[in-house]
Amino acid sequence: MTAPLPKRIIKETERLQSEPVPGISAQPHDDNARYFDVMVEGPGGSCYEDGEFKLELFLPDDYPMCPPRIRFLTRIYHPNIDRLGRICLDVLKNNWSPALQIRTILLSIQALLGAPNPEDPLNEAVAKQWKENQPEAIRTAREWTRLYAKKG
Amino acid sequence: MRQSLFAGRWRIRLPSSLDGAALRVTKTPPVTRKRKLDTASLSATSQPPPEPKRKASKTTHKDSIAQVEAALPATPQTLTSDKGMDSDDDFASVASSMELGEELSSSVDFGAEDSDVELEDYQDDDSAFETHAKQKPKRKAFEVEYKVYSPQDIQDQQDKQVAEVAALLEQPTEQTAILLRFGRWNKERLIEQYMDNQEEVLDKAGLGQNMSSNPPRIEAIDGFMCDICCEDTPGLQSYAMNCGHRFCVDCYRQYLAQKVREEGEAARIKCPGDGCNKIIDVKSLDLLVTSDLTDRYHELLMRTYVDDKESLKWCPAPNCVYAVECGVKKRELAKIVPTVQCECKHSFCFGCTQADHQPCPCSLVKRWMKKCEDDSETANWISANTKECPKCHSTIEKNGGCNHMTCRKCRNEFCWMCMGMWSEHGTSWYNCNRFEEKSGSEARTEQAKSRQSLERYLHYYNRFANHEQSAKLDKDIFHKTEKKMTLLQSSSGMSWIEVQFLEAASQALQQCRQTLKWTYAFAYYLARNSQTEMFEDNQKDLEMAVENLSEMFEKSTDQLAGLKVDMLDKTSYCMRRRVILLDDTAKKLKEDVWEFNVELA
Repeated sequence: MTAPLPKRIIKETERLQSEPVPGISAQPHDDNARYFDVMVEGPGGSCYEDGEFKLELFLPDDYPMCPPRIRFLTRIYHPNIDRLGRICLDVLKNNWSPALQIRTILLSIQALLGAPNPEDPLNEAVAKQWKENQPEAIRTAREWTRLYAKKG
Repeated sequence: MRQSLFAGRWRIRLPSSLDGAALRVTKTPPVTRKRKLDTASLSATSQPPPEPKRKASKTTHKDSIAQVEAALPATPQTLTSDKGMDSDDDFASVASSMELGEELSSSVDFGAEDSDVELEDYQDDDSAFETHAKQKPKRKAFEVEYKVYSPQDIQDQQDKQVAEVAALLEQPTEQTAILLRFGRWNKERLIEQYMDNQEEVLDKAGLGQNMSSNPPRIEAIDGFMCDICCEDTPGLQSYAMNCGHRFCVDCYRQYLAQKVREEGEAARIKCPGDGCNKIIDVKSLDLLVTSDLTDRYHELLMRTYVDDKESLKWCPAPNCVYAVECGVKKRELAKIVPTVQCECKHSFCFGCTQADHQPCPCSLVKRWMKKCEDDSETANWISANTKECPKCHSTIEKNGGCNHMTCRKCRNEFCWMCMGMWSEHGTSWYNCNRFEEKSGSEARTEQAKSRQSLERYLHYYNRFANHEQSAKLDKDIFHKTEKKMTLLQSSSGMSWIEVQFLEAASQALQQCRQTLKWTYAFAYYLARNSQTEMFEDNQKDLEMAVENLSEMFEKSTDQLAGLKVDMLDKTSYCMRRRVILLDDTAKKLKEDVWEFNVELA
């Protein structure tokens, strides 16, 4: 029915299983090898610490010429992630390079959790709060992590 | 070829070398590195010395205006090595123009081809602007200087600039092309930056170091695995630029196809390597791009050239491939309406690329269009269907019932017919025949006053829209005219050339209506004073002339032949009135005479 899976995707998937990145997991669906269930742990020391964030990842037909599509499924209070879980990250858009991989992208996302960038906001309200009252914003982010991203 | 294309379209072109002359007088040439560079650029570039045309343009500095205009070549001039500098005088003028280059740079390199004449041609600052007006009695105040370029011209321009700068920087042409695109075709600034800090410029332009080392090529490397497709078959063909990011040829091609076809990128495609800023140069592209992509690629490259230059714009007409060059800057748009006509006959404003909107300045056009979009229908409806409560001025639509109105807001009771107080109606309820009563007429005056701004807007809008509509109808007339012309030829025995007056009349109508239409938008924003009254007189004259001419088209074909002289007269009268109006308006715009009731941003 569908075209055979490109070697690139097979290799990437294998490597994700055999050498998993600490704090990150990506599991392809049995019926769709281009669709992944992703889990990213909030980086230590950040306001997302101890949180487990679920994401979905899809590799479009022209992957790796086009970036994968990724979205947070877990609610998260972050200036670069909107209510629908969409992520504002340069490597997912203009700065995508076909030499990047699922693992590198997920690491970038984890890094984004560690370093929110309110200057380039996707979620205006959160970014505003982040700039005007950072302690309060961080408190909210912690609260949301506790509420929505509980481990286990 | 090019010449024939442009033959006869130099009506508006003027030899701006005069600006150069002006500059020459006022500026002393400082001996700078830049100056040395100029000399270098002039002598280093070796283009075959073309046509005696060159000579003609060369002499323009000293010649009279009339001669200049006659001698002005239709094709862009070319830099030649034999050209040299005739005198210190000339040299000084170039050097001083270069001195100004920093701020005016976008106009400096504009004509592209030659460093001397063109540089002066387009040296243009605020004072130069005035100079034009004074020294060019021939050009009307509403006309601007411009040139139309075919795709080939644009390509040639680019090639020449690249060759010139390449010789100067001693870099291969591909790299130079990248540098120029990186520098948005601002030659002078690029050269300066390059001389200041070669490494940094190369790096920023994505060329990295040792760019002149052995040219990269497609090869098979033992033990290579492509990071994109993960193929590692022995003998896999692969490619890498100097940055060393190696990928298999298939992936590279796919990557380029994606960029060129899907993302419309051309000039600034980066190496596919993660985080690598090296821009893929033309040589690499020629090696990799498949033939089905080259056309698109070159088209996109050309587009970036035009897009990058403030002085160049594509003709906005559908399917038109020409570009227009005009020196009018954004900041001048409050003082001038730079209207240009493309090879394809489409007239448009160089400032905002909207269709010809003389005499109305761009900012007012924008404002007017927005207002019309937002308000026109609403305003029309309000005007036609509602009245205002005589007491609180709420807008009221009567959707049924009797004439006894009670305002929801202020509970005022009034009569819908006479707008007077209901209590005064006495026993003759529900049948208002008391038009002359005081309260009623006062209420109506009051209402008229409050609706004044609405009515004022509608006054202008309706006329604006009417001319727009009429222009469309005139187009239909134009097609009918063609038929009439054939008919006339056979019925009156007139020759083809003798019936051309109909076409001329029809085109005049189009043009005048276009102008008239915008006079109404313009007038809407004019403050009431004597200037405005003069403007309205001009407007009225043109409008009458247009309507008179328009009326003649209704005549039957057999009458038309007898009306030829009359029609010719009326046509030229229309055009004359249009020129008078435009000229007057443009002059006053330039001199800041008009008073607007809005800010002319």
